[in-house]
Amino acid sequence: MDNYILELKNIMKLYNNGVVANKKVNFELKEGEIHAIVGENGAGKSTLMKILFGMEQPTSGEIFFKGKKTNIEGSDKAIEMGIGMVHQHFMLVPSFTIAQNMILGMEPKKGISIDYNKATDMIKDLIKVYNLKVDPNMKTEDLSVGMKQKVEILKALLRGAKILILDEPTAVLTPQETDELFVQLKKLKENGHTIIFISHKLREVKSICDRVTVIKKGLTMGTYNVSDMTEQEISNIMIGRDVVLKYDKRKNEKGEALLKVENLSYKGIEGNYILKDINFTLNRGNILGIAGIEGNGQRELISIITGNKKNYEGNVFLGEKSIQKLSIGEIKNYGMSYIPEDRMTDGVAKEAFIMENLIGNRYKSSELNNGLLFDMNKINKLSEELVSSYDVVCKDIEQKVESLSGGNIQKIVVARECSIDPEVLIAEQPTRGVDVGAAHFIHEEIIKLRDDKTAVLLVSADLNEAMELSDSLIVMFEGKIVAYFEDVKETDEEELGLYMLGIKRQSEEEIRRAIDEC
Amino acid sequence: MNSFFDTIFTSDFVFSTIRVTTPILFAALGALISNKAGSPNIGLEGIMLMSALGGVVFSAYTGSAFIGLLGAVLVGLISASILAYFTLKLKTDVILGGIAINFFADGGTIFLLYYLTGDKGTSSSLPSKVLPNIDLPIIQNIPVLGDIISGHNILTYVAIILIIGVWYLLNKTATGLRIKSVGENEDAAKSVGVNIMKVRYLAMALSGVFAGLGGAFLSMGYVSWFSRGMSAGRGWIALAAEAMGRGTVLGTTLSSILFGAADALSNTLQLLGIPSELISIIPYLATVIGLLIYAINNTKKRKLKE
Repeated sequence: MDNYILELKNIMKLYNNGVVANKKVNFELKEGEIHAIVGENGAGKSTLMKILFGMEQPTSGEIFFKGKKTNIEGSDKAIEMGIGMVHQHFMLVPSFTIAQNMILGMEPKKGISIDYNKATDMIKDLIKVYNLKVDPNMKTEDLSVGMKQKVEILKALLRGAKILILDEPTAVLTPQETDELFVQLKKLKENGHTIIFISHKLREVKSICDRVTVIKKGLTMGTYNVSDMTEQEISNIMIGRDVVLKYDKRKNEKGEALLKVENLSYKGIEGNYILKDINFTLNRGNILGIAGIEGNGQRELISIITGNKKNYEGNVFLGEKSIQKLSIGEIKNYGMSYIPEDRMTDGVAKEAFIMENLIGNRYKSSELNNGLLFDMNKINKLSEELVSSYDVVCKDIEQKVESLSGGNIQKIVVARECSIDPEVLIAEQPTRGVDVGAAHFIHEEIIKLRDDKTAVLLVSADLNEAMELSDSLIVMFEGKIVAYFEDVKETDEEELGLYMLGIKRQSEEEIRRAIDEC
Repeated sequence: MNSFFDTIFTSDFVFSTIRVTTPILFAALGALISNKAGSPNIGLEGIMLMSALGGVVFSAYTGSAFIGLLGAVLVGLISASILAYFTLKLKTDVILGGIAINFFADGGTIFLLYYLTGDKGTSSSLPSKVLPNIDLPIIQNIPVLGDIISGHNILTYVAIILIIGVWYLLNKTATGLRIKSVGENEDAAKSVGVNIMKVRYLAMALSGVFAGLGGAFLSMGYVSWFSRGMSAGRGWIALAAEAMGRGTVLGTTLSSILFGAADALSNTLQLLGIPSELISIIPYLATVIGLLIYAINNTKKRKLKE
């Protein structure tokens, strides 16, 4: 038997809201290796990492540390065991100096005050050993993202971490910073540290990791030596559908362009490009899918198209008009409907009645008003109709939305947005977290709208949904369009997986077809 | 107009500015500590009021000014801890919790006063004690400076020492570092094992102690009795001073002095025959103008950042 420093056996995590994040996770960590954990968003990587760092307790299963059964009751216990964590969102206090951030919670003292000389010495020693160049007296808010990450790593090392967990460490880094990080990680490995590298970027996994564990839908699919596997093989285990959805879609003629995105770029707060040179056209009677792992710029793209973000470069045209000058209200009046990704914050007013939510996009119309006041009879009648035709399960229309199930809340959003016969429908993860029945219903609604000549932009991290619903398909990776398929049937899930993970990329000409051929 | 400047440019006026700044400064330093920990103490006004009565009652029944002072501080500590328990543990809204304690103080002090003295206005029938004024040796003999700095109530000197104390606490000690980390990035503090609850409780308790000192000054230094509503908005002004001072010790102190000066001015102008209703506006007007300037500056700064 191998010498494992940390072993997880049959870990199951059931959250209070009934979500099973980890079904059965088995994971063994060898001392001194760089071990990747890969999986799609929502596969259970974050939960696993939280369990390892004591932030969550497994519902069942066992953890062995150096062969002994243990419980990691909290982060302080994890730190005591020598486990350190570099969070994706840095845990730093902006106004503090690097030194202050590093010693927080373990301040060296002289009398009643902090001994900053000693602190600086401790940090300088550490910097020398690991060759991580930082100036302990700089203010944290003035640091680049890469520097902040170094501080986080040093913070863990200062607390005596032997096992370092890095949660998608390259997500926020520039390519140069990524290279630098990898040099440091290798150095750490040489110094005897063990590293858990959480990622979905297989190229990076290939370049620095020794072994890889694949998680899919809360299950560990297996642990492999990275050198034995190609990126493609890992990708096939990671992505891939269990059940294939099938819909009968009649052939539809593409109509005129309703939404045009030209050379769209968008910079994040850190100054890095979150979207870069996006070009595509959305046509009447067509469902254009955007596939991709979450966090590759889809959310920002939709924010811009729906008028929620204005500080972008390039152009977005709705019909003939640039949306730069249109308010959200004007965009809606043009006939754009929007099913947002986060239904509880953006989709509904959760403490309002079903009826009130249903009229959210038409309460000003003359049909529902009687001079200054609402025409309650008509509103009630409309709401009753929508509730029954969209099959919302509820007591009555004066029930608060928050008391409904996720699927029913989503149906309310869909009923509101689809029943006005929109010109353009933006559907962002429309069936996330809803049951199979509701998902099926929502899919049929979207197809019905497309048949009625609505232009539909569908953003989905669910490959099944993206492939079965879309007519044409775009794949996004790191803020860019990396593939375009005029007809979704030209491709298959294995190929899409390669594009989604950045392993493959079409030529510029092929991608340009997204705007030219439409 | 001449008489206006004659009144302002006197050592008497500066002396009285320092005197009326004292309770504002105490409360503002308290507000500073609790705000730094990210748990604003909206109850300062009421806590000061309760402490003012506490000081009078304890000193009257024990015959000791010192025990009266301890009593006032204890009342401040306990009431701030109760507020902390409600907002931190039971998750009451901080604003509502603060307002509740202010209302409670308003009515509760009058009730207790009436119960003890049969009077709903002042405690003049209670033989309460006063904390001593102190003449500073040597300095008192220096012309002008001696008139300004010497002869204040002992709590005024305590307040001045506490300016340095709070600065030291926040900038030099581990506790201060933790207080600031909890207020600025809770998750960061949590991730390195800082007990957020404990730090916030401590900050709230300290702000209560400071408000307690302010209350003791009001009824045992500034005047020698308790009267209903005697904190007269100083707790609110202190919150304004803390905000205007941008959460720094120096800024908070300077803003407190500014509000103190406005207060002193209104006291002085009353002697010049200007309608008292107009004059009593001054401290509050100064608060509004101060906050306005602060807000404008802040907006400019934010725009520059973008």
